[in-house]
Amino acid sequence: MEIDLRTVAIKPLRHTFDNIARRFGDKPASRYQEGTYDIQQTDIFHYRPMWEPELQLFDKRRTKVEMKDWYALKDPRQFYYGAWTIARSRQQEAADSCFEMIEDRGLVAMIPAELKQLALDVLVPMRHVEWGANMGNSYMAAYGYGTAITQPCIYHAMDHLAVAQYLTRIGLVLDGPEALDAAKDAWMTAALWQPMRRHVENVLVVQDWFEIFVAQNLVLEGLTYPLLYDYLDSEFSAKGGTAISMMTRFMTEWATETGKWVDAQIKVAAAESPENMVLISDWLKQYRAPVLEALIPISQRAFGDHAESVLAEVTAQFDARCAKLGLSV
Amino acid sequence: MSKVFIAFQRNEDTRPIIEAVLADNPHAEAIESPAMVKIDAEGSLVIKRESIEELIGRSFDLQELQMSLITISGHLDEDDDQFKLSWLN
Amino acid sequence: MDMHATKKKLGIKEKYAHMTRGLDWETSYQPMDKVFPQATFEGIKIHDWDKWEDPFRLTMDSYWKYQAEKERKLYAVLDAFAQNNGHLGLTDARYLNAIKLFLTGISPLEYVAHRGFAAAGRNFPGVGPRVACLMQSVDEMRHAQTQIHALSNYNKHYDGFHDFKHMLERVWYLSVPKSFFDDAFSAGPFEYMIAIGFSFEYVLTNLLFVPFMSGAAYNGDMATVTFGFSAQSDEARHMTLGLECIKFMLEQDPDNLPIVQKWIDKWAWRGVRVLTLVAMMMDYMLPKRVMSWKEAWEIYFEQNGGALFADLARYGITMPECLKQCSIDKEHIGHQAWATFYQYGGAAAFHTWMPSDDEMDWLSAKYPNTFDKYYRARFTHWRDEAEKGNRFYSNTLPMLCQVCQIPMLFTEPDDPTTICYRESDYDGEKYHTCSDGCKHIFDNEPQKYIQAWLPVHQIYQGNCFPEGTDPTVEGFDPLAKVLEWYHFDNGHDNLDFEGSRDQANFAAWRGMATKNT
Repeated sequence: MEIDLRTVAIKPLRHTFDNIARRFGDKPASRYQEGTYDIQQTDIFHYRPMWEPELQLFDKRRTKVEMKDWYALKDPRQFYYGAWTIARSRQQEAADSCFEMIEDRGLVAMIPAELKQLALDVLVPMRHVEWGANMGNSYMAAYGYGTAITQPCIYHAMDHLAVAQYLTRIGLVLDGPEALDAAKDAWMTAALWQPMRRHVENVLVVQDWFEIFVAQNLVLEGLTYPLLYDYLDSEFSAKGGTAISMMTRFMTEWATETGKWVDAQIKVAAAESPENMVLISDWLKQYRAPVLEALIPISQRAFGDHAESVLAEVTAQFDARCAKLGLSV
Repeated sequence: MSKVFIAFQRNEDTRPIIEAVLADNPHAEAIESPAMVKIDAEGSLVIKRESIEELIGRSFDLQELQMSLITISGHLDEDDDQFKLSWLN
Repeated sequence: MDMHATKKKLGIKEKYAHMTRGLDWETSYQPMDKVFPQATFEGIKIHDWDKWEDPFRLTMDSYWKYQAEKERKLYAVLDAFAQNNGHLGLTDARYLNAIKLFLTGISPLEYVAHRGFAAAGRNFPGVGPRVACLMQSVDEMRHAQTQIHALSNYNKHYDGFHDFKHMLERVWYLSVPKSFFDDAFSAGPFEYMIAIGFSFEYVLTNLLFVPFMSGAAYNGDMATVTFGFSAQSDEARHMTLGLECIKFMLEQDPDNLPIVQKWIDKWAWRGVRVLTLVAMMMDYMLPKRVMSWKEAWEIYFEQNGGALFADLARYGITMPECLKQCSIDKEHIGHQAWATFYQYGGAAAFHTWMPSDDEMDWLSAKYPNTFDKYYRARFTHWRDEAEKGNRFYSNTLPMLCQVCQIPMLFTEPDDPTTICYRESDYDGEKYHTCSDGCKHIFDNEPQKYIQAWLPVHQIYQGNCFPEGTDPTVEGFDPLAKVLEWYHFDNGHDNLDFEGSRDQANFAAWRGMATKNT
C-alpha cells in the first residue's frame, strides 16, 4: 500500500529549539535564528588557550566594549551561510557578465588612456587594502564574541577577498599581470600609498576586536568606498570610462548593503551604555584622522583640483552618518 | 602500489562523469553504495575534461566536479584539462 | 569564469596565482612578528610560504557560484522533506537516536571548527594556506547551520534534540567530542591544522560521514543524507588542505619532523577515541545497516590510512604506534560503548535498547571473533530482564579517562575481559587514562590535561546542580537534579526506547498515514 505521508496532520511537540524559545517564545523560528543564536559556546571550556592562557577560548574580555547580551547585535540582512552565498552568487554572476562583455567586445580599447592609468594607479593597489580588511575581519570572526556578530564578520572577510580579486581582475583586464606588479611596487614604495599602508599595518596589530570593527568596517570602509566607488566612479562614467564602472559594480552595491549591517552593530553597541558610546566615539576619532590623511594623496591623484572638495564632501557625509548612529564625532 | 579513490553522489550530473572516468581508467573499479559510487584505482586516477565534454555535449569546467564529490584519497593535481589523484610512493 | 587577459588566456594555475599570491606584503611600519604573533611559538620553521601548493584553486566568484548551487539543492530537499512529513518514512524510530547524537555531539563542533579555521586563517603568514583556511572556516559554518536546519524538523516532533548547545557543554558523554575540539583550538595554528585539518579531516572524517550517510540513505532519512553528502563535497577540499599542510611543514625544514610526528601520534589517537561513538552508531543505532564499524574501519582506515602513511614515509613519518592497537579494538569498541550507554541510559539524551535476535545474528556474522564470545550472552540477559520488567540501569557514575573523557570501558589489548586502566602521577596527584595512547598524550602534556572539566568529577564536586539546589534536604535525588541541570526532559529524552514517547508518536503518526481510522 502506498503511504501518503502528506495527508497526515501532526501537532508538533515544539516549534523550535529551547534556546530560541527562551528568547522569542515557542513559535516557528527563522533559519537565521536557529542557525545563529547561542551557537557559540559560552560556559564550560576544558583547556586554556596556549596562545592566550589568561583568557578562555571564547571570552568577552577580548574587547573593552561591554554588552549584556552580545546577541543584541543582529544582522539586519539575516545572513546565514545559505542566504549569504546565494545573494553573493547572484551578484558575482552580474559582475562576471560585465567583465565578460568588456573582454569579449574589447571595450578596454575604448577607455581613454588617462582614465585607464587612473584606475591602475588608484584602484589596483587597493587590493592590498582589501587584503588587510580580510585579515581584520577574520580576526573578528575568530576572536569576537557571539555568533550574531562573528558570523557576518567571516562573510565580510570573504567578501573583501572577493573585492581584492575583482580589483586584481581589473588590473589583468586593463594591463595584464604587469599591472599587479606595478601596483604592488606603488603600495610598497610610492609616496602616494605610504600613509595608507602605514594605517593598514597599524590596524593589523590592534588586539581589541571591536576596535578593529570600528577602525576597519566603520571608518576605513566608510570613507574609502564612497570616495572610490561613488565619486570616482562618477568621474569614470562621465569621462568615457563606463567600462571601469561596470567592473566595480559589485563594490558599489556591496558597500550599500554591508554599510547597513555595520551601522546596525555600531548603533546598538553605542546605545547599550554611555561607556560604550564614549569608547566607540574615541575609536572613531582615533582612526578617522589617519584615514583622512591617507586619503589626501589618493584623492589628489583621483580628483586633481577637486580633491579637497570631494574629500570634504565624503567626510561630511561620513560624519553625519556617525552622528546618526549616536556617536560624537 | 596503494589505491587512490574518489566517490561521487549518484545523480544525473555524475552519471556521465563516472562513465568517462571508468573509460579513461581501465584499471579502476566502481563500487556502488546507497546514494553513492566509489571508484578505486591502483596508483592513480585521471579525470579528463574532454572525455566528459564528449559525453555531455557541452563545455565542462572541472571545478564543477565539486558539486557532487563526496571524498577523495591521494594527492590531487588539477589544471584546466585534468583532475589527477595519485600516491607518490 | 573565462579569463581573456589582454595578452593571452591564463590557465587556472596562473590565474589563481594572480588572484591570491602577492596580495600580502612584508610589513615595515609594524614588525611581521607582531602582525603574525602565533607563527613561531610552536617551533615549526617555515622558510618560504610561497612554496605552498594550492590543490583546489577556487577564487571567490567560483566559490560562490558552486556553493550557492549546492545550497539551493540542499534547502529544496529539506523543505520538501519537512512539507511531506518525510520523517514518517524512516525505517524505524530507533534511527532518530543516531541523529540526536549527531546534532548534540557533532554539529556544535562544526561551529568550533569554523572559529578555529578563522583563527588559523588569520594567523598563518602565507597567502595560500590563509585563503584555504578561511574557505574552510566559512564551509564549517555552513555545515553547522545545514545540520541544525536539517534536524530542526525532527526537533519539532521528537525528543532529545531540543537544547543541543546547552547539553554539549555539560552532558557527560558530549564532553568527549567537545574536549577534542577545545583541545585543538586551544593549541597553536600548526597543531590545529594537524589535529583538525589532517587527523580529523583526512584520516577520520570519511569514517564519520561516508558510511554513516549511506546508512542514513538506507534508513530513509533524506534530510541527513543530503546535508551529509553536501558537506562531504566540501570535505574533499578540506582533506586536501590537511594533506598539503603536512607535506608543506615536512618539506620546509627537517626540524619539523619530530614535532609533526608527535602531533600525528596524539591526534590520530584522540580521533580514534572520539570515533567510538560512531562505531556504536553504525553497529547498533541504525536499524538498517550498510556495513559494520569493522568493515568501515578496514576500508577507510586500514586501506586508505595505510596508503597515506606509506606515502608519508618518504618524509620519515611513521604510522603512530597506538594505531596498531586499533586492529584489535575494531572488534570490540562498538559493543563495549553500546553496553555502557545501555547501562547509563537514564542519563543519556537519547534512547537505548538491546538488539533483536536478527540484529544479534547480524552482529555475530560481522564480528565472528568477538560478538558471541564476549557480548551476546550479556546482551541477551539484559534483554530478557527488560522483558520481565527489570530493565537494568546503573545508578553509579563511571570513572572517565583524563584525556579522551570516555568512561573506562575499553579492555586490555590482550585480554577482552579486563578493563584497561593506566595511571600517571603529576604534581602529587594521580590521573587515570583508558589506554596506552591516552596515557602517552597525558604524559607529554600533563599541564594541559589536568585542566580537563571531567563531567563525573564535577558532579561529585556538586557543580552540576541547578542554582539554589540544597543537597542536604531529605530524599535528595542527585541524578534527577543533574538531569535538570542538563536541561533533560526526564522521562522523555532518556531511558529505553521501548515505552518512549518517540516510539508511541512515530507509531501513531504512521498509523494515521496508513489507516483510515
